[in-house]
Order: sequence, then C-alpha cells, then structure tokens
Amino acid sequence: MQLKNKHLIGLEGYPKQDIDEIIETAFSFKEVLDRPIKKVPSLQGKTIVNLFFENSTRTRISFELAEKRLSADSINFSASSSSLNKGETFKDTVKNIESMKIDAAVIRHPFPGSALMLTNYIDSVVINAGDGTHEHPTQALLDIVSLKEKFGYIKNLKIGIIGDIAHSRVALSNIYGLKTLGAKVVLCGPSTLMPVRIEELGLTVNNNIDEVIEWADAINVLRIQRERMNNALIPSVREYRRLFGITQSRIEKHNSELVIMHPGPMNRWVEIDSNVADSDQAIILDQVLNGVATRMAILYLLLSGKTKKDS
Amino acid sequence: MQTEKINKNLVLKNAKIIDPFKSTEINGDIYIKEGKINSIGKATYPSSSKIIDCTDRIVTHGFCDIHVHFREPGEEYKEDLNSGSQAALAGGFTRVCTMPNTSPAIDSPELIRYIINRSNECPIYIHPIGAVTKSQKGKELTEMKAMLNEGAVAFSDDGVPIENSTVLRNALSYSSMFHGNIKIINHAEDLTLKNSSVMNEGITSTKLGLKGSPDITESNMVLRDLEIAKFTNSHIHVPHVSAGKSVKHINSVKKDYDKVTAEVTPHHLFFSDEDLQNYNTNLKVAPPIRTRDDRKILINALKDGTIDCIATDHAPHALEEKECGFNCASFGMIGLESCYGAVNKILFQENNLNTVSLIKLMTSNPRKIMGFENDLLSKGMDAELVILDPKEKWKFTEKNIYSKSKNSPFIGEDLLGKVKYTIVKGLINKI
Repeated sequence: MQLKNKHLIGLEGYPKQDIDEIIETAFSFKEVLDRPIKKVPSLQGKTIVNLFFENSTRTRISFELAEKRLSADSINFSASSSSLNKGETFKDTVKNIESMKIDAAVIRHPFPGSALMLTNYIDSVVINAGDGTHEHPTQALLDIVSLKEKFGYIKNLKIGIIGDIAHSRVALSNIYGLKTLGAKVVLCGPSTLMPVRIEELGLTVNNNIDEVIEWADAINVLRIQRERMNNALIPSVREYRRLFGITQSRIEKHNSELVIMHPGPMNRWVEIDSNVADSDQAIILDQVLNGVATRMAILYLLLSGKTKKDS
Repeated sequence: MQTEKINKNLVLKNAKIIDPFKSTEINGDIYIKEGKINSIGKATYPSSSKIIDCTDRIVTHGFCDIHVHFREPGEEYKEDLNSGSQAALAGGFTRVCTMPNTSPAIDSPELIRYIINRSNECPIYIHPIGAVTKSQKGKELTEMKAMLNEGAVAFSDDGVPIENSTVLRNALSYSSMFHGNIKIINHAEDLTLKNSSVMNEGITSTKLGLKGSPDITESNMVLRDLEIAKFTNSHIHVPHVSAGKSVKHINSVKKDYDKVTAEVTPHHLFFSDEDLQNYNTNLKVAPPIRTRDDRKILINALKDGTIDCIATDHAPHALEEKECGFNCASFGMIGLESCYGAVNKILFQENNLNTVSLIKLMTSNPRKIMGFENDLLSKGMDAELVILDPKEKWKFTEKNIYSKSKNSPFIGEDLLGKVKYTIVKGLINKI
C-alpha cells in the first residue's frame, strides 16, 4: 500500500482511504510497542531529519522514538543552535541539509505554510509537525487513532473541540480529518478566539460549554495560552474557566460518560480541572502513546514504499 | 527592448489614434517632426521619414503611474531609477511618481532635488512624491513649500498611515495653502485593526491559519481621512483602494465635495483572496487582496468614476524577501510591465469598458490628479506616446520583467493587450 501523496502537509483534502490506511497501520505498530523489544527494521538505511524551528517536547520526542523504533537514522536540528542565527535564509539552511542526502524531513515551524514551502525547496518527503496556526496533521491522526481505539468507529461520532481555536493548529487538522471520516464536529470557545467563517468547514459553533458537554461523545480540550490576555482576547483565566473550563462539576452534571482528550501541554485548573485530566474518562496519556504508533505508521507508509529513486 | 533616437521625421502610420484628454478616437497618421507632434490625421510628411506601421494598433498618450517605488536611494539591490524606468517603458509608462519610502525617506528639499537630478538622466519622466512628515514618523511636517519648489508633486508617508488625526488635519490644511491643488496621499489602514495581519480576513485566512484583517481596517480610515479633508477644505487622494466599503465612503463624500480622488491597482482588480491558497507570497500586499465581491465593486467604481485612475504600486522586493515564508515576506509586488495587459483583460474583455474610458484611467485621469500637462496630442508637444496592440493575447513570464526584482503574481497569467512601443524623451523604445 502506498499513500496517494508523497508528503504529509495537512489533512485538508487528504484522501479518506489514506487516513484509514494510517489508522490500521498505527494499530499494528501499537502491538510492536507492547513487545519487550520495541524495534523493527522497516526503515533501516533511511535518514530522517527533524527540523524544529520552534520548541517542542512531546512532538519531537514522539517523532524521534518513532524513527528509532523503525530503525531509521535520525538527525535533530533546532533553530536556536542553527546558522539561522547567523543570518542564513531558511531556503539555504534546508538545501544544505538536503544536500547531505536525506530521505525525509519532519518540520515544525512557527509560520503557516512553511511545510508546503519546504516541498518547493527539497525533494525529500516532508512531514508537517505543526506549521504555526495552520495544521498539525500527525496530532490529528493520533487523536483519530485514539478515538477509534476507544469507540471502534469514527463515523457519526460527536466531537467537541474546546478553547482557543484561532491560535490552534490542532483544531484545523482535527476538523478536516474528522469531517473526512464522517464525524460531527462542534467548536466551543470565546468568540474572540474563533476564526471567522469557520462554520463554512461544515461544523457548528456553540459557545455554551454545558450544551456541548451534554451533546458530545468526546471532547478535545485545547490549551489556553495565558498571554492571550495581553491582546484583550480574554479577561482572565478565572473568567475563562468560568465560561469554558472542563470542570468536574460540569462533567458530573451534564455527561458523566464523556471521553476527554487534550493534545498537551495542559494548564491544569485553567482549561481543564486536574481531577478531570487524571480521571479514567481522560485518554490523554493514551493519545501520547498512540502518537508514537501513528507517527511510525506515517513514516513507514511514506518511506518504505517505492521512493522516487526506485521508480 | 530596442531603443533608438527619434530621427528628424517619424510617422506613426494608419493608427487608431485615441486622445483621452479630448475624448476622441480617429484613424490616421501622426507625423512627429524633430520629436514634436506636427500633424495628426491626414498628415503630410517627407518621404524620407521613418515609418512605424500602426495598422490595428492604438496610439495614445504614454501611460502615467502616480504610485511607484523605485527604491533609490538606499535599496538599489531591489530597484533604482534606471531599472525602474526600463520597467516603466516596458509597461508603456512615460511618466511616474515615486513614493518617498526610501532610505533615507524623501523628506527634505535636498532629497527631492537629488531625485530630480537623477531623473534627468533617465529615459522617462520621474516626479518625486515627498514625505508628509519627517522620516515618515507621523510627527513633524516636512518643508512642503521648499520641496514643491524643488519638484515634489504630492505628499505621502506612503505605507505608513498617518494615525494621529491632528497631524493629518494639519498636513491637509498646510498643503492647501499652495497653488496646484497639492494632494496628500494617505495609506489607509488602521494599524490597530490590522493588528499584524498578513492578508484579508475571511474563510481563506481561516483555512490557511494566517492572520487576517477585515475590510473596515481600510474603510474606517478612508472615512476619517475624507472627513478631515472636507473639514479643512483640502485635497486628498486615496491610494490603492481595496475594499468595497471604502468605495461606498468615497462615493458618498464625492457627491458634495470635489477635492477627493482615488486610485486602484491592477492586482486588486485581477485577484481575490482565494488566490492566496497556496501561500503565494507574491500576493502578500498592503492593503491586502480582498474578496471577489470587493473586486466587483472596485471594477464598477472605475466604470462610474468613483475611482479615478489605475496606479500599480510597483513595489520591487528581492527574491529572499519573498521566499522566507508568508508571515515574514515583505508586502508588495511589481506591476508596471503587466499593467496594461491585466487591466485591459479585466476591464475591456471581462467587463465591457470601452477603450477610450479605459485609456483615460491610465493617462489623462492620473495626469489631471497630479496637475501634469494633458493636451499631449496637439501640435508642438513633445512626443510622449504609446503604441498598443489591444488584441494580442500573451502569457506574462519572467522574460517580460525589466525590473531588478521578479516579485510578480502575474507570472504565468494570460493577459490581453500588449505594449509595442513607448515613445518619450526623444527615444523610440520597441518593447
């Protein structure tokens, strides 16, 4: 099985068949992760560069582990230690790295569109690990894998995405992926953090959190950055929690069966109460584990098939 | 481009001669003797004259662009007055007004003199627009009278909007003391609403994850500017109108106040924000490309006279300043070389504007705004003409660009109508 697209840039317009394939492959790699020896030789001899132009802990470690468990050689690059600080352009930097013969580049960058831009500059496979406030497709795919694991199906599943949608790359990728698989999506958050005309993506916006909790099968709770107060977007974290916080009492009152997700990092007692985050209905740490399996699946499917050189 | 001097006698034969100033259209010849218009229509000329066959071609005034950036002094790696002149000639422009956002900004009579001196060496006419405030900082007024004496034709802080309403009020009031209906040109974007955005706010910005700003970012400031101009009884010119709501304000103020003029760019007529969907940084411009509906309103505003003219806002940037990612890319695009083919395609072919009206938007109307001599097709005038093939279909490519910079979103676009010759300052430039 080969995926239709050479790169993974975003889930907008991404084929359903390929999402299904990634989910299935992720489940088979998850079995590998349960073995005493968690390594397979699938990508032996392949070189993958992790280009992190922005800080990341979880995503970066997740990719690194996925690469190592597939026996690929992986190299890390971070913007803080790079020659970008010496005035080198993005294009020169990535062209230099590619000329050392690599097979794939995983890129995290603060600018929307940067992963797509990278495909113009290099021939290697490009995987978007988050491009600013645009997309974060591997996060959405691991969220979908986690939902599939929990519910057994995605079609008609009712998913609420809660919080700072405007500054989130996770939201957009989740929306595209979930819509493609037939889930129903409701967004809930402050009107100041809701992108304009987002309903046109085929979803509903409801800023009553109690109604959304009652309606949903699962909610994906996004991080609220405390700096947002500086731009008059929200008055205080206290007010935010009052209006949108996922509190124990809200869950108990409106939907005690609700499945809770969070892409991390969490602000406990702001967007989510600590006891909710640590409860049995939260699958937050399952998401993290599924992240490694999902990224193994993506790397495997993109790199083990026919490469350009073979064909 | 091939350039030769106008010999003693030149005849533009069998042309469709459009005089935008007199609103006439006749078929015939133009006899140019020693660089000056001698006779038009049924011309008699010596048999030794150089003849350019203009069958099926339009001969009219050289185009005039009242909004260009030639980057000199300070950023000559992007453009200079010479390379900018070549780009202008390729686009049929014989006369341009350069914006003062150079390094340093053109904010003193000495710097105006510098541009005038340099422009004398150039093959087109170049008129500097001076800064309204020193270093474009929006605080202290420049020495407008001395700058006018040296050759400034208008005042603008260019891309930096004058946010302080009292400074704008004073600038407008002060400039109205001088003869010649001197214009203040204010880039209208409320920067507090713009809020570091990089495109129009809408479904496309939402999908791209890019920060957008709404149309009222422009129209609010346009309304303020118009009201202050009216209040001070002075002339204001609104550059590069992008939003339908701005057109509404201009139209309503123009009904009872005639010291208002406005321009629109070819790119705001040609593109809509959906065209940004692949993060094409050549479409990153301020004010941003807006929606299809805005585009329609802009086109109609040219037809009904609410907007007076076309101006390219030719803004060269080096490749590196455009290929670094959408958020960090510089605002602006070049536009001189592609202007006529783009505007003719949109206005004539797609929106049925007649050719005489269309040509006015690029000739007599901008000249009138700046107070330039406008009766060009009369005996004794220096030849300042363009020869056009209005029916030629062509694809705009990098080869058509004479600017030092190649940041054009028109590359790859099919255009209609091509400039064949630009005649100015005693030279025939074959494009």
